[in-house]
Amino acid sequence: MAIDTVLWSRLVTGLTLGFHVIFATLGVGVPLMIAIAEFIGIRKKDHHYILMAKRWSRGFVISVAVGVVTGTAISLQLALVWPNFMKLAGNVIALPLFMEVFAFFFEAIFLGIYLYTWDRFKNPYIHWLLTIPIVAGAGMSAVFITTVNGFMNQPEGFVMEAGQFLAVNPVQAMLNTATFSKVFHVLSSAYLTGAALLAGIAAFAMLRKGVSAYHKKGLNLMMAVVLVFSLLNSLAGDVSAKFLAEHQPEKLAAAEWHFETESGADLILLGWLNAEHEIIGALHLPKVLSFLAFGDFNAEVTGLNEFPPDEHPPLLVHYLFDLMAGIGFALLAISSLYFLFVFWKKRNQFNKWMLRMVALSAPLAFLAVEMGWFYAEIGRQPWIIRGYMRVEEAATSSPSVRILFFVFLLLYIVLGVICVLVLRRLFNNNPADLEMEKWLKEKHDQSAKKGEQA
Amino acid sequence: MSYELIGISVLWLFLYGYLIVASIDFGAGFFAFYARLTKQDHLINRLISRYLSPVWEITNVFFVFFYIGIVGFFPDTAYYYGSALLVPGSIAVILLAIRGSFYAFENYGSKNNIVYLFLYGATGLLIPASLSVALTLSEGGFILKQGETVSLDYWALFTNPLSWSIVGLAIVSVLFISGSFLTFYASRAEDHSALKLMRNYALFWSTPTIILALTAFIYLGQHNERHFQNMMDLWWLLALSVAFFMIAMWLLYNGRRYGLAFIFIMLQFFTAFFAYGIGQYPYILDPYITIHSSATPPAMGFALVVVFIGGLCLLIPSLILVFKLFLFDADYVKGKK
Repeated sequence: MAIDTVLWSRLVTGLTLGFHVIFATLGVGVPLMIAIAEFIGIRKKDHHYILMAKRWSRGFVISVAVGVVTGTAISLQLALVWPNFMKLAGNVIALPLFMEVFAFFFEAIFLGIYLYTWDRFKNPYIHWLLTIPIVAGAGMSAVFITTVNGFMNQPEGFVMEAGQFLAVNPVQAMLNTATFSKVFHVLSSAYLTGAALLAGIAAFAMLRKGVSAYHKKGLNLMMAVVLVFSLLNSLAGDVSAKFLAEHQPEKLAAAEWHFETESGADLILLGWLNAEHEIIGALHLPKVLSFLAFGDFNAEVTGLNEFPPDEHPPLLVHYLFDLMAGIGFALLAISSLYFLFVFWKKRNQFNKWMLRMVALSAPLAFLAVEMGWFYAEIGRQPWIIRGYMRVEEAATSSPSVRILFFVFLLLYIVLGVICVLVLRRLFNNNPADLEMEKWLKEKHDQSAKKGEQA
Repeated sequence: MSYELIGISVLWLFLYGYLIVASIDFGAGFFAFYARLTKQDHLINRLISRYLSPVWEITNVFFVFFYIGIVGFFPDTAYYYGSALLVPGSIAVILLAIRGSFYAFENYGSKNNIVYLFLYGATGLLIPASLSVALTLSEGGFILKQGETVSLDYWALFTNPLSWSIVGLAIVSVLFISGSFLTFYASRAEDHSALKLMRNYALFWSTPTIILALTAFIYLGQHNERHFQNMMDLWWLLALSVAFFMIAMWLLYNGRRYGLAFIFIMLQFFTAFFAYGIGQYPYILDPYITIHSSATPPAMGFALVVVFIGGLCLLIPSLILVFKLFLFDADYVKGKK
C-alpha cells in the first residue's frame, strides 16, 4: 500500500511537470523570438516583422496564462505531495525558489506593460526595450528553477546531522556541480524549441495556404535561430554528458546501457534487453561512449554494475535518452539543409518536402524536451535528493493522491484542449495577410488625417 | 530583530497585499459575470477588463510569493500544512488554474464566451473561500499529529462555526473591497453609469462585511481563547479599524473622494489584519509550529532577507511604472489609449 501511494505521488508530479514543461519552455523561448522580430522590424522599417512580434505575443500571452497556473500547481504540489522533501530541503532550496518568484514577477509586470503599449511611445525602440526585462525575467526563472533540480542531483552546501540539513550555505547549494551544465542545456533547448515552433507554424501555414512574404520572412528568421541554437544545444548536451560521466556516472551508464566499467567503451544506440540483461539488436559505435564522456577514445567509463542494485535507475531511460539526442541532431540537420538550400541557388528552400520537415520539427522539439526531462527525473531514481533521501521517504502518506491524479489529468486535458482551440480561433479567424492589409490601411488613414490637419 | 520576526512581518505584509489585490481581482470577476447575467454588462465590463488586463498575473504572483516565502522561512509549515491539506490544497490549485486560464481564454481569445466568464466569476468566490480555510486551521484543533502522520479532521472543520464565519467573511470582504475599488476606478474614468452601479455594490456589501467580521471574532473567542485575548489587548487597532470603516462609508455614501474612501478601506483591513496576525504571534500553527521552533537556519534567513530587499528594489519601480501607465494615466483609464 505504501509503495502504491508513492507511485501515485510520482505520477501526479510527473503529470503536472510534463504538462507544465511545454508551457515553461514556451515561456522561456518565445520572448526572445518576439524581441528579435520586433528589433528587426524597427531596424528595417519592415511592418511584416512588427506584425510577427504582435501576433506571436498575442498567442504567447495565452500560453503564459497556462504556464502560470500550472507553475502555481507544481509549486504547491511540492509541499502537498512531497511534504517530507520540503521539510528536509526547504531550508536549502527556498532561496532559488524565492528568487524564481521575483524573476517571474518582474517578467509578468513587463509583459503586462508590453502587451498594452504598442502605440504609446513615439520612439519605437522604447517599446522594444520592454522585451529585455521579459526575456531576462523568463531566462532567470528558468535558471533559478534549474538550480533546484541541480541540487536534487548534486546536493551540496549543507551538513547532514540527525536527519536534518545544518550549516546551510544556500548560495553554494545553488551553484552546485550540476547547475552549469543543466542551466546551459535548459536555456539552449528552450530557445531552440521556441524557434522550432514558430518556424514550424510558418511552414505549416505555407503548406496549407501557399507561400506568402510574411511567412517567408518568419521562416527564414526562425530557421536561422534554430540553426544557432541547435548548435549551442548540441554543445550543451555534450557538456551535460561529460558532467554525468564525471559526477553522476550511474545516470549516464543507465542511459547508455553500459554495465561493466571499461576503457574504450562502445556507444549503444537503441536495441533491447533480454532476460539476462544482454543487449540485442543495438547499433554499436566502437569507443564512442568513452569519447563522448571524456573526450578520449580510450578513457575508462564507469559501468552500472559498480553501484548497488537498489540504486540503479530504471533501464528504460536508454530510449528516452536516444530519442532526445536523436531529435536534437535531426533539428540540426534540418536547419543546416535549409540554409544549404538558401545559399545553393538551384534549390528552393520553400519546397514542399523542406516545409514538411520544418513543420514536423516543431512537435519533435517538444517531444525532445519532454524526453530530456523524463530522462533527468527517472534517471535520478531511486533518489529525490541523490544520496540523502529516497523518493518513497519523501512522498505523502495520504491515499487521496490517487484520485487527485485523475482530477489533475482531467484538468490538464481540458486546459490543453481549450488552449489549442482558443489559439486556433485567434489565428484562423484573423490570417496574417488580412491583418497586415487592415493595419496598413489604418496607418494610411491616420497619416492622411494628420496631413489634412497640417 | 531576529530573522524569523522580520520574515513573518514581511510575509504578513505580503499576505495583506495579496488580500487587497486578489480581492479586487476576484470580486471583479464576480461582478463581470453578475452584470452579464443581469444585462448590465455594457455598463461595467469594459471598465473591469481595462483594469484587469494588465495586472491579473501580478495577483497570482503575490500568492506564490507568500507561499514560497513561508515555506522558505519556516520549512515545518510545508510538512504540517502540506500533509494535512493535500485534498483542499489541490482543490484550491485547480480553482486557481481554472480561473487564470479561463480569464486569458476569455480576454485574449474568444470574447463574450459566457461559460468562460462563468468559470471566471464563480472561481472568484470559491478561491477566497477555500484559501481562508488555512486561517481557520492555524487556530489549532483541526490538524492533528498522531505519531508520524499528520491529518486533517474534516468533520471538526465542517461543523465548526468559526470556519464558516471566516469563509463568509472572506467572500463578503472580497466583494466589498472590489466594489469600492472599482467605484474609485469608475470615477477616475468619469464613467458615470459604471460609477453608480459599482457604488451600489460597494454600499450593499459593506454591512455584511462588518457583521461577519464581528461574528468571526466572537467565534474565535470560543475556539481559541489565547488568540482572542491577545486581540482584545490590541483593542485600539480594532477600534481604529472600525473608525476607518465608518469614514470610508461616510465618503462612499456622500459620493465624493472615492480614492480616499478606498484608502480608508485599505487601512481598515490593514489594522484588522495586523491585529489578527499579532494576536496569533508566535504561532503559525497552534500548537505545533511557532516562528521560533521552525525557523530556517540564520544563513538562509539572511540570504532570503537580502534577496527580498534586492527584489523589492527591482519590483517597486516596475510596479510604479505599471500604476503610472494603467492606473493613474487618466487617458488610459478613460479608454482613449
